[in-house]
Amino acid sequence: MTPVSAQGFDVAVIGGGLHGLTAALSLARAGRSVVILERNWIGRHASSATAAGVRTLGRDLAEVPISLEAMEMWHHIASIVGDDCGFHAHGQFKVAEFDSHMPALQEREVTMRKLGYGHEEMIDAAELRRLIPSLSPHCVGALIARNDGAADPHRTIAAFRGACERAGVTIVEGCGVGAVERQGDDWLLGCGVRSFRAPAVVNAAGAWAGRVAALFGESIELGVRASMMMATERLAPFLAPVVSVVGRALSFKQSDQGTLVIGGGLQGAADIDRQRSTVNFVELAKGARASSDLFPIVQGVRIARCWTGIEAQTRDHIPVIGASPQTPGLFHSFGYSGHGFQLVPVLGEIMRDLVVDQKTTRSIAAFAPARLMQGRHAA
Amino acid sequence: MSAVDLLIVGAGPAGMAAAVVARRHGLDVLVVDDQPAPGGQIWRSVETVAASPRGARLGDSYLAGASRAAAFRSGGAAYEPGAQLWQIEPGFRAFVTSGDKARTVSARAVILATGAQERPVPFPGWTLPGVLTVGAGQILLKTADQVPEKPVWIAGSGPLPLLYMTQLLAAGGKVAGFLDTTPPGRLGAALRHLPAALGKAGDLWKGVAWTLALKRAGVKTVKHVAEIEARGEGRLQSLRYRRQGGAWQETPAEVLLVHEGLVPSIHAPLALDCKVEWRHDQRCYAPVLDGWGESSQPGLFVAGDGAGIAGAIAAEHRGTLAGLAVAARLGKVSAAMAEAEAAPARKVLERELAFRPFLDALYEPRPQVFAPPDETVVCRCEEVTAGTLRARAAVGRPGTNQVKAFTRAGMGPCQGRQCGYTVMHILGSAQNRPPEALGFYRIRPPLKPVTLGELAALEQPDNAA
Repeated sequence: MTPVSAQGFDVAVIGGGLHGLTAALSLARAGRSVVILERNWIGRHASSATAAGVRTLGRDLAEVPISLEAMEMWHHIASIVGDDCGFHAHGQFKVAEFDSHMPALQEREVTMRKLGYGHEEMIDAAELRRLIPSLSPHCVGALIARNDGAADPHRTIAAFRGACERAGVTIVEGCGVGAVERQGDDWLLGCGVRSFRAPAVVNAAGAWAGRVAALFGESIELGVRASMMMATERLAPFLAPVVSVVGRALSFKQSDQGTLVIGGGLQGAADIDRQRSTVNFVELAKGARASSDLFPIVQGVRIARCWTGIEAQTRDHIPVIGASPQTPGLFHSFGYSGHGFQLVPVLGEIMRDLVVDQKTTRSIAAFAPARLMQGRHAA
Repeated sequence: MSAVDLLIVGAGPAGMAAAVVARRHGLDVLVVDDQPAPGGQIWRSVETVAASPRGARLGDSYLAGASRAAAFRSGGAAYEPGAQLWQIEPGFRAFVTSGDKARTVSARAVILATGAQERPVPFPGWTLPGVLTVGAGQILLKTADQVPEKPVWIAGSGPLPLLYMTQLLAAGGKVAGFLDTTPPGRLGAALRHLPAALGKAGDLWKGVAWTLALKRAGVKTVKHVAEIEARGEGRLQSLRYRRQGGAWQETPAEVLLVHEGLVPSIHAPLALDCKVEWRHDQRCYAPVLDGWGESSQPGLFVAGDGAGIAGAIAAEHRGTLAGLAVAARLGKVSAAMAEAEAAPARKVLERELAFRPFLDALYEPRPQVFAPPDETVVCRCEEVTAGTLRARAAVGRPGTNQVKAFTRAGMGPCQGRQCGYTVMHILGSAQNRPPEALGFYRIRPPLKPVTLGELAALEQPDNAA
């Protein structure tokens, strides 16, 4: 039974994180009427909990082509969303602490060059010290991507949201999709007493995307992450690039505000039903240890707050991007497994290709939903 | 990791009383407190000060702390002064830092006796050096016998400014003037609650006596002050104030102490996901507790002013009740025995709580406390002004946590202790919603800043990468 009040759109995007916003933005600019249905508020979970690294360095080979395209977009992001999102290209560094860490980095550089990629570059201890004087002198070298950097997650959310609104996207917050029904060529999406109708649906529900898929009768294997972050009190500027290290979970940077923002994928606990996640300080101590080993000057710096964000993680740690092989009009964009922030701008283009043109020239075969689907339709 | 039956956080009236009763019933008790000696805020440094001339000047209710501290010391609870508790995980696993080292303590039950903080009062210039709270002034008086050389301006409302001024005068200090910010008509509103408050006629008389003493001492008092501004280059040099709709008065000033009441410390209960309720009578949140002080998280109790502002005597008895409840929970005393032992404490607590509606009505904060002018810094840590918050409040009815993300208000090391309520009120007023509809910040650990080096020292060697 169709409630009389069901609002009709060309595309309904489920999930108002950055991946939902970017898909909605590109689709609206292609002339589609778009609604974003967000259960809480825009950017509630992973999008605001992210360290917001903008990194091509060390990407899975399947992700490199779209990551490089996204990187070009980040370098003129203001022309896309009207704000520079606090993006600075001060580079990303993967540091080797010991000689035994160097071969893996050198092999990676060789592999990338053989594939025709020049963005990852080895540097020696002297160059490393010149570029990051505050780094502990025991470090012996690094693999770096000079054009990489980091952005401000909250500014990025605000910029994409503002661009969506200017492009005419309807954003409905506090609206969780709880029921799905096929009606002719449309999907009817029920959110409590409200309902929305659209022939095309983008599933950008992050950690809850598996549940959204299940509403459409799809079974997609999807795990969950709760990566922990810490931010410190503000310090005078001493570090421009983002630093990670071989063999330890660490991502270390200084924000525009002067705070240190430390992450790297150490895991807290996620409760996906209650939409809560909690910090595990014994585990987080490893990040504090790695930070003070690499930057001895920060040992006395006070941690102001720690948090976790809930997001989806796939078995193979690469995302799920593509049209559903089972369900007409359903398009997936989730499962970024801890490194989806940098891909945000290009994913708008990809989702537009898929929804509007039913195909894309961009390289996304490795991300096909079918690889994680169970049932007879699975490839 | 050490393990105890009961971890008590805070060694003020509530924490000490809880420790004494829990020890009497044979519990293994650890008390951690960030101060160097027992007593909490009200009885700060009482062990050393009580016997000195300074003790007499601070008054009888201060001196009463000496016997409590002695009972606490001899009760046999393990006591760790100078220790910061910065996280409690369910179960319970507590993280404590003392002497630059962090460690974990496991406990079967926890009593939070972390007391209250002064309600933050943002006004133009409140962050200037020379502007402090009355509570901070009183700490200096108690611990160091520090009396400001220059005459002190006091601005605010509530019993504490009156008490402090009498203590300051007794210690040889000078009061330049008292800007009483209690709005007109409050006494009338309070008198409705007088019958219930008569059980504590002594305290009513105390307030009158303080006021008379100040009058006798010739303290200049300006009543019904509605707005204050602190001014100066680099530090406080002058003070401007006016009554509602009145003309501004300006006067030179070197020290200004402000106070607009107390609010419970709620960060630990919030971080532990305890249910809290909005207390309209005290314009703050308080944890939802049962008759023993147990929160919505089983095994986690809140005692003392952290349970709702009610003063030191109530705090002690709430501590006793919580200590008894834990002893009963852990099988050291029968439920019936605990109930019998609780009866006298409940009786006193009831009398103390009956006094509160009178005080709460009399000293209800003036509306300007929650509506600072646009140029006022509201979040001191991140330097966010009221104007910035108001501009944000107008766009899309954001909640407290969204505004935190947009403006960084509440993201600094104080975790929103200074700006949380102000932000709720500013947003509520801009969006025509009551402040409690906005809610407080989500509290993120650590509860107290811990350094990277201290946390690093917690790393388990067997897990090391």
